[in-house]
Amino acid sequence: MKKVLLVLAVVVLYVLHQDFWFWRTAYPLVFGFIPIGLFYHGAFAVAAALLMWLLVKFAWPAHLEEEVAAHQKQEDAAS
Amino acid sequence: MIPAIVVFIYLGIVLYIGIFAFRRAKGKEKAEDYFLAGRSIGPFVFLFSLFGTNMTAFAILGSSGHAFTNGIVTFGLMASSSALVIPLSIFLIGTRVWALGKEHGFMTPVQMFRDRWECSHIGTLISVVQAALLVPYIIIGIMGGGTVLNTVSGGLVPFWFGGAIVALVVMGYVFFGGMRGTAWVNTFQTVLFLVFGAIALIVIGVGMGGYRTAAQQMLSIPALAPLMTRERISPLYFFSYTFIPLSAIAFPHILIFTLTAEKMNHFKRTVILYPLCILAIWLPCVFLGVMANRVTDVPQIRAKQEARRVLATQGKAMAPEQRDELREQAAGDDVILRLLERYAPLWLAGLLGAGIMAAVMASDSQILALSTMFTEDVFAFYGGKARFGEAVQVQTGRIFIVIITVIAYAVALRAPETIFELAIQYAFSGFAALSPLLVAALFWKGSTKWGALAVTVWVAIAVVAVAAFQAVVPAPAPGPASVIWSLGGTEVISRTPGGTAVFGFMPVVPMVLVSALLMFLVSLFTAKPKQSTLARYFRG
Repeated sequence: MKKVLLVLAVVVLYVLHQDFWFWRTAYPLVFGFIPIGLFYHGAFAVAAALLMWLLVKFAWPAHLEEEVAAHQKQEDAAS
Repeated sequence: MIPAIVVFIYLGIVLYIGIFAFRRAKGKEKAEDYFLAGRSIGPFVFLFSLFGTNMTAFAILGSSGHAFTNGIVTFGLMASSSALVIPLSIFLIGTRVWALGKEHGFMTPVQMFRDRWECSHIGTLISVVQAALLVPYIIIGIMGGGTVLNTVSGGLVPFWFGGAIVALVVMGYVFFGGMRGTAWVNTFQTVLFLVFGAIALIVIGVGMGGYRTAAQQMLSIPALAPLMTRERISPLYFFSYTFIPLSAIAFPHILIFTLTAEKMNHFKRTVILYPLCILAIWLPCVFLGVMANRVTDVPQIRAKQEARRVLATQGKAMAPEQRDELREQAAGDDVILRLLERYAPLWLAGLLGAGIMAAVMASDSQILALSTMFTEDVFAFYGGKARFGEAVQVQTGRIFIVIITVIAYAVALRAPETIFELAIQYAFSGFAALSPLLVAALFWKGSTKWGALAVTVWVAIAVVAVAAFQAVVPAPAPGPASVIWSLGGTEVISRTPGGTAVFGFMPVVPMVLVSALLMFLVSLFTAKPKQSTLARYFRG
């Protein structure tokens, strides 16, 4: 279930990249000078960092580390 | 001249870092130590060096230049899509490649492909295609170095001399320091750029009389207001660009770099912070590129705007060569340097020039990757290592670095820059279309070497075909695309002012989709690797 939600989050964020709703307007100007279309994509980058944090926390491929450690143990024992 | 002196001091520092790394590695003439820093890179250097490796001249000068012409859309096109796709691909693919490298001793992607698909010469072909797509970056890095030194010295350092100095410095620290030297230099460069990029944003903003005023002025001028929106780019083109960052993980220098991490834990911080690093570097570059349009007292920027105006109003009546000339005049790749020249004090302009030089010199990791690929995929694979030993392999790698740098410098002096800028555009699409190789090798048991061959041949043909098409059919004037082939009223292939469109998409979209399809179909009908091989890649 956790994995399904994370995959869904990735798909949703990818879809949100295509923000046609701010296509032809610069307003509102965030902080008085950043066009909304630019601010949105800045916020998108922050959202991507949050998503990566979720992936690292809940879907980290720890088995790969374990496999490497086991392989190294085997090699050490053989030598 | 002061900025040029600061840049020379900076070049001295990076050369010293490379030689320091050489001293530290003395006595360890092992290929793994030279080419992969002994797989011992720590978390801080891993993050900043991996990010710095991806931050080329194209990213810094190109992004502000693109924003100068196209507006704020540049950030969504090139940066925010990368902020999602690149760390995701490092998370999914980079970690797996790291683990396989640690377990089986792989030093290049092709070594993994050869083992995974039980192939030999197909691997050599993949290596050759990867190398062919990588070479233009090295040439453009030298050209960028020559241009930056020429600009910051006010023309006192000629282009040929600036390019030679940059080539020598990069060759020096890669030659001596190998991956360790390259990683440390990249880290130093990234930190430098992050710190001074922020200072540049503030100094230029104050110089322009504040960004609020500048933004309001931009919006009040009908010719400039569209640059604060994305109306000049079609949503299909915007969507197409999300395929380009797939190229990052398929670049050999990036994938090879993922093998250098000491522990897999180092990937955690990298994937989380990568989007924020993109935000910190690209947002100022894009914003300054857009705001440069408001600057009226810099003659070079005014000349660019005038060229753009003439192209838009009279372009249709001009010959293709005239249009190309005007496009070159209107290109904004040096607008950041012009803004620094105008608004920053001399010493700061020098430091920022050094920061930009840092980005331009990202060709170091590409030179090292080519050397690693040559010594591992060709020299060692065809018996050189077994016959002459590992120390000779490392020396061969060093000689290769000298040869490739000298050739790149010679080409950089003679060929027009635009050719290589175009080649880089094709290379991004080419590497993105090679990414299904990695996905298939790591996640699909059913993939075969024949599928890999089909993908590689397709990518080579597609890249050459797009390049030839754009060479034969001249770019139209700004405005609607020229439809070259339509079918039942649907536009199939069009020539746009900036490139090519296939069904309205950039060529990268069909290139990636056809690659994935070829891998699937050809693998379905061809023999799979042995079970014992598959068992090493797919456990449980």
